[in-house]
Amino acid sequence: MEKTLPVAHEPEAFALTPERERELADILTRYPNKQAACIPALHLCQAQNGWVSEGVIVFVAERLGLSTAHVKGVVTFYTLFNQHPVGKHQVWVCRTLSCALKGSDAVLNRCEKKLGIHVGETTKDGKVTLRTAECLASCGTAPMMQVDKDYYENLTLQQVDEILDRLTR
Amino acid sequence: MLVRTNYLTKRYTEKDGWKIGPYERDGGYKQARRALGMKRDDLLTEMKAANIRGRGGAGFPMGVKWGFMPWPPKAEKPHYLVINADEGEPGTFKDRTLMELNPHACVEGCIIGCFGIGAHAAYIYVRDELHLSKERLWAAIAEAKAKGYLGNKPFGLDYPVEVYVHTGAGAYICGEETSLLNSLEGKRGEPRLKPPFPAQAGAFGMPSTVNNLETIAAVPTALEMGGDAFSKLSTLHNIKDGGTRLFGVSGHVKTPGIWECAVGLTLRELIYDLGGGVEHGELLGVIPGGSSCPILRPEEIVHAPDEKHVLHPWHGKSVLDVPMGVDTYRALGTMLGTCCAIVLSDKADPVLAFQNLMQFYRHESCGQCTPCREGSAWLNRILTRVVDGKAEMEELDRLHEIANNIMGNTICAFGEGTAMPAMGFIKKFRKELEAYVLSGGKAGTGTLAPDYFPPRGTDAGAAKKGAGAPPAKRAAKPAA
Repeated sequence: MEKTLPVAHEPEAFALTPERERELADILTRYPNKQAACIPALHLCQAQNGWVSEGVIVFVAERLGLSTAHVKGVVTFYTLFNQHPVGKHQVWVCRTLSCALKGSDAVLNRCEKKLGIHVGETTKDGKVTLRTAECLASCGTAPMMQVDKDYYENLTLQQVDEILDRLTR
Repeated sequence: MLVRTNYLTKRYTEKDGWKIGPYERDGGYKQARRALGMKRDDLLTEMKAANIRGRGGAGFPMGVKWGFMPWPPKAEKPHYLVINADEGEPGTFKDRTLMELNPHACVEGCIIGCFGIGAHAAYIYVRDELHLSKERLWAAIAEAKAKGYLGNKPFGLDYPVEVYVHTGAGAYICGEETSLLNSLEGKRGEPRLKPPFPAQAGAFGMPSTVNNLETIAAVPTALEMGGDAFSKLSTLHNIKDGGTRLFGVSGHVKTPGIWECAVGLTLRELIYDLGGGVEHGELLGVIPGGSSCPILRPEEIVHAPDEKHVLHPWHGKSVLDVPMGVDTYRALGTMLGTCCAIVLSDKADPVLAFQNLMQFYRHESCGQCTPCREGSAWLNRILTRVVDGKAEMEELDRLHEIANNIMGNTICAFGEGTAMPAMGFIKKFRKELEAYVLSGGKAGTGTLAPDYFPPRGTDAGAAKKGAGAPPAKRAAKPAA
C-alpha cells in the first residue's frame, strides 16, 4: 500500500499594517542590502503580532528575499524574539551580579509570589510573562526590572508590588 | 589621582540637556564642522596623539585603528563606521548614560569618525532593551539633520554623512565586534574568524572600523583640545593611555554611579571617594571593569622590582593604589575592561558570586565553539553542585581544568572572558570553595544581598521583611 506523507502545515498568513509597511520601507533605505533589515523587520512584526509565528517568518523571508531557514536561524539565536505567544506585558528581572548584590533574588521571589507563576511562565489570564534577564546596563541603580519598554530602577519590594498591581489590574 | 572632569557629563543633570540647543551652546558641532575641512592626515595625527584607548574593553588605541583603513577609499568598496553600543557586560552602564543624556556627542563623534576613516555611513548598534537610548539617538540624529549637519552636504561641505541606529535582539555576544557585524548584516550573531580584520572586510564585506560608543563620543573633545593636550589630562600619558573616561562603580558601595575623570584614577579613589565606601562591611574583592576581568582582592600587593616594569612605581603598594589604565591593569593580571567596577563586601559570598557570573556566561555563549559552549555549561553545573553541597574536592581542580581548556581555543574573546574570571575566582577564593565542599554547602555567608537575606548565623530580623525564602535552591533556568 502506498504511504501518504503527512500534509505540510500551512502557516497562518501574516501581513503588516500600512503604517508599519511604511516603516519597513524606511528601514530598507538604511542598508546596502535587504538582508540587513532582517532583525529590524522581525522587531516590527513582533511589535504587531506579539510573537514570531511561522507566518511572520515566511513574511519576512519573502519580503527580504531570504530563505525561511535563514530567518528562523536568526529568530532562534536572539533571546528577544518570542518563539511562542507571550503575555500582554513582559516583566524582565535582571539577575546578574550587580543586581544580585542588591537583592534581585528578593525582587524575583516577590514577582513569583505575587503573580503566582514561576520564571518563564505567563499568568493564566495572559496578562504578564515573567522572565529573568542578563545584565540590562542598569547596574548603578540596582535592583531593577524592565516592564515592556520601561526601566524601573532602585526597586523596593513595595514598588514591585505597586508595579505588578498596575499590570494585573 | 582623582581629577573630576565634565567634558561629556556637563549636561547630565540639566533638564533637556540632551537636546541640540544645550549641546551647541556648549560649543557642540564646531569640531565636526572643522574636521570636515581638515586634511585627513592631520585629523589622524591629532587622534593618534590623543591616545584614546578603546573604551569597550580591549583598549586598542583608536587613532591607530583608524589608520588601518585602506587609503584612499575605492568607489566600489565603500567604508563603514560601526559603533558598538551593545552594552551588556555585567557591571557596565556607562554607554547608556551617554546615549540618554549626551547623544549629540555620539553623533558628532560619528561625523568626525566617518571623515577620519573615509566612510559616508555610520551604524550605531544599540541593544534592543535600551529603548530610551534608541529614542534619544534617533531624536539627536533628526535634530542634527534638521540643522543640516548630516545628509548630502553636512555644514554645506561636500562630504555626505548618514548616521543610523541599528538594534540587536538580546545577545551579549553581539558586543564582540565581528559578531556585531554579522548581526548588523541580518545574520545570527556568531563571531567571525580573524583575519580578515574588519579594516579589510567588515560590515557588508567592506572595510570597516568598529569603535565603542564612549570612544567615539570622546573624539569631539579630543579634537577641540588638540590631541596632545587631551592625552595629557591623564596621569598615564607617558604610557600612551590618555584623556578622560567614564568610571562606574556598582555593587556593595554606598553611592553607586558614573563619574567622568581623568585616566589614572585608582580603584581606592573610585570605591571610597566616589563610591562613598563599602557598605555592609569590609571590602572582600572588586571586579575592576565588567565581569570578564579577573577579580582583585584588597590584600594583594604589587610585586615589580624591575625598574623597567610598567608597575614599578607602585612596587610594594596595594593593587587598589595602581592607576586604572589599560596597560597597568594588564600587568596586574586582570583587565581594565569597561572601567565599571563591581564591589563585593565581606558579607557577600564569593562562591555565589562566582556561580552567578558563570550562569551568565553559560546563558550567553553563542554555542559556535565547543570549548566555550560546553565549558561554560560545565563550569556552571559544577558550581551549582558546589553551592548545593554535592561536589567533591577534586571537582575544584576540574573547574580550573575546564577553564584552562577554554583559553585560547575559541574563535572570539568570549572564551577568555569566561575562563579568566573563572580562574581568578578559583585562585583567589580557593579556601572559600574548599570550605563549601567540606561543609556540604554550609560555609560562607550564603547570601549575595545582605539587605534582604541575612548572612548565615546572623539575626534574620535584621533583613528587610517580605523577601521570601533564600533563593539558593532555585533551578538555574535561563529566560525562555
